[in-house]
Amino acid sequence: MDIPLLIGIFPQVVLDGLILGFMYALIALGYTMVYGVLEFINFAHSEIFIIGAFVGVEILLGLKAYGALGSLSPFVVLVLILVAGMTASALLAVAVERIAYRPLRGAPRLVPLISAIGVSFFLQDAIRLFESIWNNSFNLVYPTMDRLNLRFQLTETIDVSVKSLVVIGAALLMLWGLHLIVNKTKIGKAIRAVAEDQATASLMGINVNRIISLTFLIGGAMGGAAGVLFGVQYSLINPYSGFIPGLKAFTAAVLGGIGNIPGAMMGGLVLGLLEAFAASYLSLLTGGAFGAEYKDIFAFSVLILILIFRPKGLLGEVVKERA
Amino acid sequence: MLKCVRICLTYLGMAIAVPMLVFPMVATAGEGKGTIKIATQSPLSGDQAAIGEGIKLGAQLAIEQLKAPIVKAGFKVELVPFDDQAKPDVGVANARNMVTDKDILAIIGHFNSGVAIPSSEIYKDAGLVEISPANTNPVVTDRNYPNVNRVCGRDDIQGVVGAEFAKGIGVKTAYIIHDKTTYGQSISEFFRDHARKLGIQVVGFEGTEEKSNFDPILTPVKAKNPDLIYFGGIYSQAGPLYKQAREKGIKAKLMGPDGVDSSDLVKIAGEAVVGMHYTTVAGPVSVYPKAKEFAKAYKTKFKKDPEPFAAQSYDSTAIALKAIETALKAGGGKAPSRESVAKEVRKIKYSGLTGTIEFDGKGDPQKALYFVIQVVSADPAKWDQNKEAKRLEIAAPPLKK
Repeated sequence: MDIPLLIGIFPQVVLDGLILGFMYALIALGYTMVYGVLEFINFAHSEIFIIGAFVGVEILLGLKAYGALGSLSPFVVLVLILVAGMTASALLAVAVERIAYRPLRGAPRLVPLISAIGVSFFLQDAIRLFESIWNNSFNLVYPTMDRLNLRFQLTETIDVSVKSLVVIGAALLMLWGLHLIVNKTKIGKAIRAVAEDQATASLMGINVNRIISLTFLIGGAMGGAAGVLFGVQYSLINPYSGFIPGLKAFTAAVLGGIGNIPGAMMGGLVLGLLEAFAASYLSLLTGGAFGAEYKDIFAFSVLILILIFRPKGLLGEVVKERA
Repeated sequence: MLKCVRICLTYLGMAIAVPMLVFPMVATAGEGKGTIKIATQSPLSGDQAAIGEGIKLGAQLAIEQLKAPIVKAGFKVELVPFDDQAKPDVGVANARNMVTDKDILAIIGHFNSGVAIPSSEIYKDAGLVEISPANTNPVVTDRNYPNVNRVCGRDDIQGVVGAEFAKGIGVKTAYIIHDKTTYGQSISEFFRDHARKLGIQVVGFEGTEEKSNFDPILTPVKAKNPDLIYFGGIYSQAGPLYKQAREKGIKAKLMGPDGVDSSDLVKIAGEAVVGMHYTTVAGPVSVYPKAKEFAKAYKTKFKKDPEPFAAQSYDSTAIALKAIETALKAGGGKAPSRESVAKEVRKIKYSGLTGTIEFDGKGDPQKALYFVIQVVSADPAKWDQNKEAKRLEIAAPPLKK
């Protein structure tokens, strides 16, 4: 076994894991917040996430077509597409709730779940149809922005791109902002109250429907931001690329304790790191017997172990409040 | 009101069109004897749809241009395209549907060997002849079925051609990544085994189903700093992998098999893949002198350049039509049986766009061309101008007992 190699790549693996983990965390928030207020899993969230990525790429392609992409600062462009992606995803999430979930509010728990799965399929193919007509191809690639691809050489084997730092920075900023909204504002208090007990909250003069819409709005915006960052980081997107990250983020939400906001962030990071470690190290540690293809099996085995010992998730019991 | 107008228009249209269609046929061939259908199966949706559609359109063009003799004999010829979604279960389900339609006499397909192999079990039981434009896995024909044929080369040779070429350009260490499919994994193994024989050190061999985030897989690649990364799989996965490798600062040479051969590869990976090599059993249209006319007709009709394997699909369809025609004549003008069509396909010697095709006893072309191609431009429109780096004509290996 090549010990110096194993140690040499360690920081790079941690970095890869963090980027992936922050992305999972941002997506997981959408699942966990909706579960917090409605106790239902919004399976259409993976498409709400990928819509953000599509809005981002459309704007970039538009800027490129007008030749404005090179002249604008990449950071301005990034802020622009982040805001646009977040807005689109947030509005879509609210619309989905209004159309597909609210009419089913009184129905048994499984009914909105099925509705969510239906919305998920519908959105996938709606994006495919739209992009096929609009761009004649539904595999879209984020145009390269040179300054974002610059790399800082840290050691001989480790370097980090501006892009990765931006992704981590943006994710941190977003998570911090959400924390402030939920814990320090009146609206946040209302969200927490609705999560605690809808009937009582409405007796206290809180408009429950509006708060539920707001929850979808915030969760959708986080998902949209994750979508844009996903596109910037990994460049290729298609209408189906939301599915797997969505599933993983849902897992992260469960791992952290579903309904729990800090839990979702932590679950995302743990899952991202586990995956990166497994993908990079499994083959090196086992002499090629188990390769990167076992990364999900490894990550999910650890997950099952954690859930056996902490069935409510990592933070499921420590923090009482839900949102 | 609107509905009424539409219905009226439809009847009016039929009143004009039906005599136009029917009368010339009646005049030349007496009454219609029925329909002969040729089916295609390829991925028409999903991320491999670019190539899959090329296979369908190649067949469509062949039928339109070459159906005349069968039409003269009194039959209508129809194309029935199926979408296998590059998924084995969908391919098999389509195959079951297909064999119940007695008018279908031949199937052109698939793109993915992993789909072709289980589906052809169904064709075999029904005696339905399959001519594959693109399936390169050895198992496709090594089962020695009387009805399964292909017009292209094989992975056990393609992998060897790739390894030989790598050795030729001075590669000493190689890192191999594959997509865990029947096609991708086995061609990677053929490449690996022959590379080792040639003294190339294989420093890694990994499988992955990942489609977007290749960072964690590339980290060890970067640390091991190989001369070459070989990816055994399809362009939709190869594109982001190659692109992220370059973004991570990996300077290794890049190589792949015919699965990466699509203009979508440069659409995804851009500059990252310029200069890379790939082996293929289907050269760009420019290497086949006879295919120029085809490329022109294809472009006029479908408003895009033919994707790789479209010409092979055209040839496969042409062979099927020829075999049906011969069987028709032998049967005295009656609709031929599936078995007789399958027999005629095996006996055929056909000079097509991609060369002269003659099948051996197990359904491989007796001699197939193998190319090593270099990507020359990041512009998807210039994909068919990729440079031929090497060309070999190699006979299919005999059936292993």
